[in-house]
Amino acid sequence: MKAATAENYLSEHSVSSWLLTTDHKRIGILYLLSIIVYFAIAAVAAALMRIELLTPPADLVSAETYNKLFTLHGVLMVWFFLIPSIPAVLGNFVIPMMIGARDVAFPKLNLLSWYLFNIGGLCALYAVVWGGVDTGWTFYTPYSTTYANGHVVTMIMGVFIAGFGSILTGLNFIITIHKMRAPGMTWFRLPLFIWSLYATSLILVLATPVLAITLLAISVERLWGVGIFDPTLGGDPVLFQHMFWFYSHPAVYIMILPGMGVISELITCFSRKKIFGYHFVAFSSLAIAVIGFVVWGHHMFVSSQSVYAGMVFSILSFIVAVPSAIKVFNWTATLYKGSVAFDTPMLYALGFIGLFTIGGLTGLFLAAIAVDIHLHDTYFVIAHFHYIMVGGMVLSFMGGLHYWWPKITGRLYPEAMGRLAAMITFIGFNLTFFPQFLLGYLGQPRRYHAYPEEFQIFHVLSTAGASILGVGYLLPLLYFVWSLKYGKKAPANPWQATGLEWQTPSPPPRDNFDEIPIVTEDPYEYPAEAEAPPQPEPQHV
Amino acid sequence: MSSHTILPTKTYLVIFLLLMALLGFTVGVAFLDLGRFNLPAAMAIAVVKAVLIVMFFMHVKYASRLTWVFAAAGFFWLAIMLIFTMTDYVSRG
Amino acid sequence: MSDTATVHAHQFESLEQQKEADVLGMWTFLATEVLFFGGLIMCYTFARLHFPQAFEAASHRLYVGYGGPNTAILLCSSFTMALAVRAAQLGRQKALVRFLIATIVFGLGFLVVKGFEYHTDYVEELVPRFHFHWEGDQAGHAEIFFWLYFVLTGLHAVHVTIGVIILSVVAVLAARGKLSGEKHITAEITGLYWHFVDIVWVFLFPLLYLIGHR
Repeated sequence: MKAATAENYLSEHSVSSWLLTTDHKRIGILYLLSIIVYFAIAAVAAALMRIELLTPPADLVSAETYNKLFTLHGVLMVWFFLIPSIPAVLGNFVIPMMIGARDVAFPKLNLLSWYLFNIGGLCALYAVVWGGVDTGWTFYTPYSTTYANGHVVTMIMGVFIAGFGSILTGLNFIITIHKMRAPGMTWFRLPLFIWSLYATSLILVLATPVLAITLLAISVERLWGVGIFDPTLGGDPVLFQHMFWFYSHPAVYIMILPGMGVISELITCFSRKKIFGYHFVAFSSLAIAVIGFVVWGHHMFVSSQSVYAGMVFSILSFIVAVPSAIKVFNWTATLYKGSVAFDTPMLYALGFIGLFTIGGLTGLFLAAIAVDIHLHDTYFVIAHFHYIMVGGMVLSFMGGLHYWWPKITGRLYPEAMGRLAAMITFIGFNLTFFPQFLLGYLGQPRRYHAYPEEFQIFHVLSTAGASILGVGYLLPLLYFVWSLKYGKKAPANPWQATGLEWQTPSPPPRDNFDEIPIVTEDPYEYPAEAEAPPQPEPQHV
Repeated sequence: MSSHTILPTKTYLVIFLLLMALLGFTVGVAFLDLGRFNLPAAMAIAVVKAVLIVMFFMHVKYASRLTWVFAAAGFFWLAIMLIFTMTDYVSRG
Repeated sequence: MSDTATVHAHQFESLEQQKEADVLGMWTFLATEVLFFGGLIMCYTFARLHFPQAFEAASHRLYVGYGGPNTAILLCSSFTMALAVRAAQLGRQKALVRFLIATIVFGLGFLVVKGFEYHTDYVEELVPRFHFHWEGDQAGHAEIFFWLYFVLTGLHAVHVTIGVIILSVVAVLAARGKLSGEKHITAEITGLYWHFVDIVWVFLFPLLYLIGHR
């Protein structure tokens, strides 16, 4: 057994060893630090919005400021937190190890992607500090091209640059998964996390360029004074919406697919059971990625889009729910007769299954054109996507972070605190967002900071929930940092999980494996009907 | 794999001359009044040129099936975007 | 043949694996480029469907005398690029450098012609907003055509310029003997990029210059 002070990928401490690293594990950590910063700023914007919404009149901020706040919240959360989170943090760290490789295919491009990401982020923040943008994260024309004041182009350029970072990440993962699997690691021996990230990478590579050109087009139109979206020339603002949503709908699958991949890993490990229907789950990931490309018109039912096109998009939106449902059924079937342990990662995973299901089902309400006419642009939509993004994606990110934390840092986080934070997050989340379904159903539009008296109770509940949710986010931040110094040293495989990443020491050496492993087994070969092996003792703070 | 295939210079020359001939053809067709077939004709010739470049200059004819899929994927996805968006525009009342 | 030319990068297990990864990586990048330009093609498709007469009239204001030869220049450049890759595969460094230089010359030639053409477009008042004058109705639609023309050809010209820069770097490396042996893959993936830039123009030429009939 290696001594605790053995050389590993974290041993070198110099600044340049971090800023010029090409080690996928370090790049994952760099991304983690970056997204925490952007998340915090976006969360502050949300907090200000929720405080404003405590009272019906617009008494905290002006209308323009409120618009800038929700724009900031959306832009940062979508492009600088959700899209990179699991892929660029957990994916970067885990993928090469899971497939038995020493690194990704193009380590230098990996580092470049992190720099592009942050250059874009700084651009977007500069636009905020310089005066802000009030178009909403969706930048609809002709407002964004012709009428908006502010630093639209600067913010758009920030997203544009960061977008190239995410394209590089997707490109790297696709080639890595195709070409760098260890001997014996056939496609159907891959962990489902890899399948999910492969599907995610397809979307990253095929959808993001369309966003890039769309953002470029509105920047040109704004700067030049003429463009294809300008109705005074005969152009069509709705064309922007087609192109924007061609990317942005698949983008939400970029966000949730990796989360689903994490859940597949967590459910199997903490039920000590092979996943039910491995092939179904794997193909569902691909199906979601592909079908997800042809549903974008469901964002445009009331935009003057043709009713016939709307019907096509509507039925396809119903169909895209099927592979997601298949996954939920398979996870549930995996739990059945499993030996379930309620460690922190599993609490997040179980929370995910419930909340993602609610989010997904409410998506179906919105996919029905007749219902969407009433719910479009209301708080119902906000509640729907926050159930998926926070209840789904953020929970899976937290679950994955807790699960792989021992591998990443070589330390165990305090288990009791972990479980407490998970439960606080779950309660806070539901209190924040469930009332918003009701608000939307009752007619409260989104992006408004003043509202009629009768809606106040829902807003008060929501803001109260948000405060609790904030505590749920803060606790892990504190105890993760604490664990770096005071956490118990982690063994190679604290969860007794299957998977090649657990065959390396915690933390792993620079090149992951002394010798590239040869794979002979299917994934998730947990012993049938096993007694649960001893869990690591919960750390008492 | 494409990195192993070395084509003779003559092959490249023939393809090049074909491409130039097709270019002449493209321009020539543009001077004929084919009504609404001018566009499909021009596009068809462009597609043939593109296929020649992809197959021979970019070696895809001699490459693995995976390379074929990667090469085709972008165009396929572009087709999805064009077709689905146009279903909106052509079906508006 | 130097030792470094045969050792693969540390993340790979073999040189063969690295070469396959490099080629597939470039194809993946080219797929993103198809969708990047494709977005503008989407705009073009919308506009041409809705303003067919304006587009035809506007297209006839472009000179096939510029566009045609430019297409021929790029096709020549693809030919010399293919020969450059072939030279690299055969380990013929001098031929590689010569063909790369020929490709660069053609690329620069394309840009020079484009420059003259843009000047002509300006003189003829076809630059939207800044210097635009259109006789007859549908001026707005014609302006949209020229917006697309400048954005499409401008974006393409940026890609040609980047290509010329990359080709120059590769030519210098080749001249210094750094691309011998197994490093021919560098020339191959550069070639893939260059051919793609050519293919984009192969489509832009009829779409912009040859609408309807002349």
